[in-house]
Amino acid sequence: MTGAVLELDQVALHFGGLAAISDLSISVKAGEVLAVIGPNGAGKTSMLNLVTRVFDASKGRIAFKGQDISRLPRARIAHLGIARTFQNIELFDAATVLDNLLLGRHRFGGGVWWRQVLRTPALTRLEEAHRAKAEEVIEFLDLSPWRNARVAGLPYGVRKVVELGRALCSEPEILFLDEPASGLNPEETRDLAFWIDDIRSDLGITVVMIEHDMSLVNAVADRVVCMAQGRVLAQGSAAEVQSHPDVIAAYLGT
Amino acid sequence: MRFDYHTRYRQGFALLKHPADWVNYGVLLAALLVVPLVASNYFVGELSYVLILCVASLGLMTLSGFTGQISLGHASFVAIGAYGHAWLLAHGVPFILALPLAALISAGAGLVVGIPAIRVSGLYLAMVTLAFSIVVEQVIGMWRGVTGGFMGMLVETPSIAGISLGSPKVFYYLCLLVVVLVLLALANLLRSGIGRAFTGVRDSEAAAYALGIEVKRMKVGAFGLSAGITGLAGALMAHHIGYLTPDAFTLLLSLDLVLMVVIGGMGSLRGAILGAVLISMLPNGVALLKDVLPQSMARQSGLEIFVAGAVLAFFVLFEPTGLNGRWMKIRALLENFPLYRRDTFRRQKAYMKSERNR
Repeated sequence: MTGAVLELDQVALHFGGLAAISDLSISVKAGEVLAVIGPNGAGKTSMLNLVTRVFDASKGRIAFKGQDISRLPRARIAHLGIARTFQNIELFDAATVLDNLLLGRHRFGGGVWWRQVLRTPALTRLEEAHRAKAEEVIEFLDLSPWRNARVAGLPYGVRKVVELGRALCSEPEILFLDEPASGLNPEETRDLAFWIDDIRSDLGITVVMIEHDMSLVNAVADRVVCMAQGRVLAQGSAAEVQSHPDVIAAYLGT
Repeated sequence: MRFDYHTRYRQGFALLKHPADWVNYGVLLAALLVVPLVASNYFVGELSYVLILCVASLGLMTLSGFTGQISLGHASFVAIGAYGHAWLLAHGVPFILALPLAALISAGAGLVVGIPAIRVSGLYLAMVTLAFSIVVEQVIGMWRGVTGGFMGMLVETPSIAGISLGSPKVFYYLCLLVVVLVLLALANLLRSGIGRAFTGVRDSEAAAYALGIEVKRMKVGAFGLSAGITGLAGALMAHHIGYLTPDAFTLLLSLDLVLMVVIGGMGSLRGAILGAVLISMLPNGVALLKDVLPQSMARQSGLEIFVAGAVLAFFVLFEPTGLNGRWMKIRALLENFPLYRRDTFRRQKAYMKSERNR
């Protein structure tokens, strides 16, 4: 298929006798915002964990830009340009917002170790370049009031944004958001909708978001996939999926 | 109150951010340089010992404070550094080479322990390192050909290019130099990419993987680095003791090191130094205390351990962020005087900690 940046081809994930995902085929087109919806336990986050190599797929093929990534080491995924956020925020709590964002730059390298020990001028310039990129993200997400605050003391909504910022700092080609709007108030959710739109349009990053908030899905998603019991139940535009009888029965209700 | 007005990014991550810092640290260094000129040999010797413990404490802080791995066996790395150094000296290796080589030997031992040990964490890692230190203690006792067994081993007087470093005052300057170099190297490393990756591994392994950090390599690397620095402290310790026996490196030393980093304040180099200073002065403090206490209490055995335990309990209960945390609070109080709020340092509790996929 042309234009598919990520393809899951008949992927399955079994935990012993439990099939979390069976026969799942999803393809993500470059430059789209794809929303994945579905009831709890449908395998949405498991699908994301398969792509980011937290779990090994029991069978099937996961291809990123044509390259099979289903057996790569877990730490290699970020280097390909795949970034993610977590459902329950996984920030580095004891570090400042700025350090969290700079950690997002890890895949671009921090210099040879002895240069780091000696703090050579070249390394200072490299650190400044990383910092400049982090500042771009801070400006994009309005994080400047929090720049030097420790994550442990931040309100929940801000932490969600910091996590998004950390993922953006790694300049990904595809960004996975695991329930980005959970726990946010309506105003924060509206901000998020604008940001997701800008991430796609201005930064050119493909976005896959797992989300329950249908208003956000309707606002930003180009395409919606509904999963249930480890399979794709329906896919298409937001309106098509929401009017699909199976989706209404399994997830949305009447 | 002071305000930061930075016009370049490098000002934001400078080691000494304010002119006042230059003055303060300059005065401290000058005072440390002057001490041997005015103090007695005994006092300078004691101060050298404090500096050596500072190096060891910095070593453990790298592992426990920054990478979040607990070690109850760091005395074994001190021992490996000390014996390695003494053995190299006895075989004609010049002092200036033997010192870094001893650190390298210890770092190698750290890697050997680290590779299996990173598979476990928390309490189990503490047990693995504890077991390792007991093994090392036994090996040192039995391996007579190299270590002299329980009879012990004499450490040769250090000398560089024919100039003896044997006098306490010259040795003190050597220790001071090592502390300053180790501190600078660690401060530089920890504010760069590797240091950030260390804290990343400590705070969330799942996120660290997702950002492309090689978690296992970082953990083993931290083990090696920590063991190397601690071994360097051991090499200096060998000269301070002068005669090595296995019972100089028991579990008590490991526990002292853990006390230093916990009381100093996890995750801060300043804490490692403050903790080492406090804990190494504790025996002297207890000796003073004995003069005041009634005879029946002062003659009880184990008073020192009791006081050490009480100090630890005090810190865990009332100042979990350690001496460094207290330092920051006092500094904030002085800087913002009328505007200081206690709540600035109150920690928020996070309840969203379930379902971590480590």
